[in-house]
This record gives sequence, C-alpha cells and structure tokens, in this order.
Amino acid sequence: MLKKFSNFTIKSLLIFSGAFAGITILFISIFLFKEGLGFFKKPAVEEGYSLFVNSKNKVEDFDSKKIKEIFDHEITNWSELGGEDVEILLFRMDNIFDYYSDEELGEEYEFLAEKLAEVIKAEEGIIAFVPHQYSPAEYSGVKELSVPNITPSDFFTGKDWLPTATPSPLFGTLPMLLGTLLVSLVAILFALPLGLGVAIYLSELAPEGIRKFLKPIIELLAGIPSVVYGFFGLVVLAPLVQKTFNLPVGETALTGSLILAIMALPTIISIAEDAMRNTPRAMKEASLALGATHWQTIYRVIIPYSKSGISAAVVLGIGRAIGETMAVLMVTGNAALMPTSLFDPVRTIPATIAAELGEAPSGGAHYQALFLLGAILFIITLFISIAAEMISKKKNYKDM
Amino acid sequence: MNKRTKQKFAFFFFRLFSIIIVGILIAILGFIAVNGLKVINWEFLSGMPKEGMTEGGIFPAIVGTCYLIIGSLIFAVPLGVMAAIYTVEYAGNGKVVRFIRMMTNNLASIPSIVFGLFGMALFVKGLGFGDSIIAGSLTLGLLTLPIIIRTSEEALKAVPESYRTGSYALGATKLQTIRKVVFPCALPNILTGIILSISRVSGETAPILFTVAAYFLPSLPDSIFSQAMALPYHLYVLATSGTDIEASRPMAYGTALVLVVIVLFFNLTATLLRQRLSKNMKNK
Repeated sequence: MLKKFSNFTIKSLLIFSGAFAGITILFISIFLFKEGLGFFKKPAVEEGYSLFVNSKNKVEDFDSKKIKEIFDHEITNWSELGGEDVEILLFRMDNIFDYYSDEELGEEYEFLAEKLAEVIKAEEGIIAFVPHQYSPAEYSGVKELSVPNITPSDFFTGKDWLPTATPSPLFGTLPMLLGTLLVSLVAILFALPLGLGVAIYLSELAPEGIRKFLKPIIELLAGIPSVVYGFFGLVVLAPLVQKTFNLPVGETALTGSLILAIMALPTIISIAEDAMRNTPRAMKEASLALGATHWQTIYRVIIPYSKSGISAAVVLGIGRAIGETMAVLMVTGNAALMPTSLFDPVRTIPATIAAELGEAPSGGAHYQALFLLGAILFIITLFISIAAEMISKKKNYKDM
Repeated sequence: MNKRTKQKFAFFFFRLFSIIIVGILIAILGFIAVNGLKVINWEFLSGMPKEGMTEGGIFPAIVGTCYLIIGSLIFAVPLGVMAAIYTVEYAGNGKVVRFIRMMTNNLASIPSIVFGLFGMALFVKGLGFGDSIIAGSLTLGLLTLPIIIRTSEEALKAVPESYRTGSYALGATKLQTIRKVVFPCALPNILTGIILSISRVSGETAPILFTVAAYFLPSLPDSIFSQAMALPYHLYVLATSGTDIEASRPMAYGTALVLVVIVLFFNLTATLLRQRLSKNMKNK
C-alpha cells in the first residue's frame, strides 16, 4: 500500500516536472498580458487628472497627440481644431494663484474647485489640467473633456515615445519596433557570410586538430556574458566607429549591429555546421566522382542540401539578436527616435524595457506599456522559435 | 576564372573567416585581461566598494552572484532532471514528448529580459517577495531550466538499453532501475549541464535588473528576502551610471575580468568534461 502510494507520488512528480516548461510558458504569457493589456483601458492623459474647458467651447475631437501639441504651444488657437477663433489659454494648477490668493482658496483648499470653475467660466479660450480631487465638473459653465482611451493604433503606429510627458504622455512604439528590426537585420547581414564561411570551413575543410581547437573557441564566444559584450562595445567599438566614420557620437545603430553580429555568430555557425555535416556521404562522393571540384560540391550539393538547416540558423540568429538586451542597451545610444540611418542612435524594445521599467510607477500606463512591449517581444521570439523548428524539420530534396 | 582558382579563392576566405573569429575572441578577452589585471589584487576581491565605487573591491557582488547560483540550482536542478527522467524513461516517444520538447525549446528561446519582466510580475509583485535573492534565484532558475532538461535528456538517452533490460531481468522495478542503474550512469553527463547553467546564471544581467539587483549595499545580504549585488549588474552600473564613470573605469575592467573568468571557467569545464565523457562512452 505504502509502496504503491510512494510510486504514485513519484510518478506524478515526474509528470509535473515534465509539464513544467509548458506551464512556465503559459504563465509567462498570462502574466505579461495581465500586466500589459490594461494599457488600452488607460485614458490618454496622465492618470488622476482631467481636462476642462469653457462650456461654450465646441471642440470635441481630442486625442493624446493633439493635447500634447496644445500644451507644447504648437496649436495656439481653437480655430485650428475646428472651434471658434479664440486664443488657447493653458491652465495648470499653479496658475490658480494668478487669480486668487491663498486665503481665498481656503485653508484646506476647500474652495479650490469652486474658484477653478469661476476661472474656467470667465475665460473662453481656457483649457485646464486639474487633478480629479479638485474637479470643478459639478459647476455650471464648465465642460469636462472626454478623453478617449489609448488605442492600439496610437501604440503601434505612433512615432513619439514620450512616456513621462504631462499632461498627455505619448506611447508610440514605431521607433522601437523599427529600431529593433534595423539593428537585428543588419547584424545578421554581417554575421551570415562570416558564420557560413566558418561553418563550411569547420564541416568540410578543417583538419581534426583545428576543429577540436575551433569548436571550444566558438562555445567560449557564446559563453561571454552580454554585459561584457556591451562593455567591450562601449569602450572599444563605439569610439572606433565614431573615429572611422567621423560621427558626433559612437553609440549608433551600426555599433549595436556589430556587437550583435558577434553575439549571433556562434548560433549561426553551430547550427549551419550541424546541417552541413548531415549531408549524406554518397551525395558528396557522387558529385566528386562526376569531376566537380570540392568547392563546386560545396555550393552545388552541400549548401542546397542543408538549405533548411541554414535557414533555421539565420532565423534563430535573428531571434537571438532581437531579444538581446544588455549589449544593445549599452552601445546603441538609446534615442527613441525614428531611425533614419545606421549612424544614428536607436533604441530597441528590450533596451527600452530594461532602461525604463525601474522608473515606471507600478500599475501606471507607462509600466503597462513596457509590459505590453515585453509581451510583443515574447510573441515575436516564440513565433521565430516555432518557425525555426518547422524550417529545420522540412527536408527539401525536391528543390535541389 | 578556372574552377581550381575559384576553389582556392573561396577556401582562402573561409580560412580567413575562421582566423577572424579567433581574432575577435582574442581581442575581447585580451582587452579585458590586460586592463583588468592591473586592478586585481586581494583587496579588490575581498573588499567593499568605496568612494562612490571608484575604489575598494567587489566582494559583495561576488557573494551575491554565489547566492544566485546556489539558489537557482536548488530550484532548477531537481525540476530539470525529473523532467528529463519523465520524458526519457516514462513518456515513450509520442506526442507528449514532442510537445514537451517543443515547449523546452521555446522556453530556451525567450529573451532574458522577458524572464525579468515575468519574475518581477510573479515573484516580486505577485507573490510579494520584493526585490530579493529568492525572486532573482527563481527567475534565473527558470532561465536555466531548458539547459538542464536538454543535457539531462541526452545523458539519460546515452545510457545503453542493455543496462535497463539487465536490471529488469534481475527483478528490479522500473523505479529501482532508474535510481540504482540509469541515474548513476548518467550523472557525469548531467553534471555538465549543471556546470553550464552555473556559467549562464553568473553572467545574466537582464533577469536580475528588476528582481534582485541592488546598485550598492553597505553590507552583505542577511536572508533570502534581502536584495543583493551581483557581478554582471555591478559591471553594468560601473560602465554606465556610476557617480564618476571615468574614475570607476578601472573598477569596471576588474569586474569584467572576474566575471569573464568565472563564466568561462565553468563554460570551458563543461565543454571539456563533455568531450572527455563522450570519448569514454565510445571506448566502452
């Protein structure tokens, strides 16, 4: 009886452990989305605040971008938004003291809401940014602006990432999405020829002794921590790039790509080499027997045969580059701007998370936006990993 | 161009590329070693940081990294090895195994910063551990789980089938066979996976950013619920956000060297051990 019970316990424990990787992935997706999805329920102005205008104001159509432009003095007249021809008057809480003294507002600011309402009623062009606590909404002559929630299109196609701007933070992730793609793809462009060359050398040309020496070297390259790569990039590569191309700063997209290329090399080399080694001996020998040179055999037989393995290597290399955090954070300069050239500073998704999460107040829109970015990153890499698996399983004899 | 010349041309480049790879490794390691050796002495290894981290040592960071290694292994090793035992010895070769393997591969491909986010959401906030050694260890444990599962699977598969049938023939149960025959045989190979994950844990920065790492602590951590400094994070801080970056550069070189030596020592040990073991296996 006891033995049966202990057997049962052990077996369930083993099954649980077997399922644990799957459970973890499930948990990761649940938690990232749980923290991140509330983001689209957040209003487009800073939390805890509302915007008020004079009730005569007819302008209805607001979004976070317009609000930001108003408070940045880029829009100065209501007529630009389709309203009356009245100058816009910006009003933040501090401005109340221009109208009333401390005594008039009461010891505990108990008259503040009332006085705010009076100001708003008197000034036709006003737009006031007020905390909920002192909301003058119940008084006549005041209209609270209904600010729409942040929309997915603001998030994915917005070009400005200003998460701490007041009153209206902007969460456009396009610069980061493009920055991540740019840095990773250029990195693969550097790493692919080099990696493929080394893979061919290792699988076809290298004598056993050199192979035994090179393999651990490549594993060491894979073992160096990313923060060390970042440090090396920061103190050696960035100044080098700056001097070579005569740039104002060395921390650019190019520097990031170079470091990422080095980091992606071991992945590309080992997977491509495995694929090439799996070419059946008979195929190689048949090619050689037909009078082809070794090189002709390599690029007409071995490379086509291992095409799927090489593609998997490329895909996984990209996956590694997209997810890399510390090295990129340290060498790309981290400017959240639309990337225009390789010589500009850029910022990637993981670097943004690493740099900003520490300062984002928990549960706020900024915090949720970063979790949403994490969820996006998670989905991208999951997709890449599944794609790589499917590609490497596919054998394409027919395409040869 | 004649086809022989073409071949010579192509092969020249492949040899050149291989030399470049070796060159890159030598450049990185050489640069860190040359600059780091200047600051490394006993005081650097055993002292506390002083003068806004421009002088003194990195002892608390070394201790913190050791705690994280131990903590993550306590969590990941039993779980990973049991998962491998389940897939190899129990689950057969059907859909279940394929599913588990796919999940393990996916887990391995998740970027480390995502583990950091998850660790923060679940361990730091959800379970209320706060920034602590235990939250960091659990996060890092998840990260190393795929390494341990994969190497243990391979280790178990490498045990010849005849050992198992021999044990059954002597009347042993399945569990006894696994415990007394298969597991001891596979242990050295499992060990290489564990060593490899030590190397990984000691070098990771992104997962500990929000789960354990402290910028500076005046004393050593006193429980698993306290924050800790760690080598990779310390290097990041020294390199990018110290009070005086130029003055703390030597400290950064030293930290980088210590970190690289620890990580590559375990990495190389695992590689060599694996080579050795596979040779022994063949000789049998």
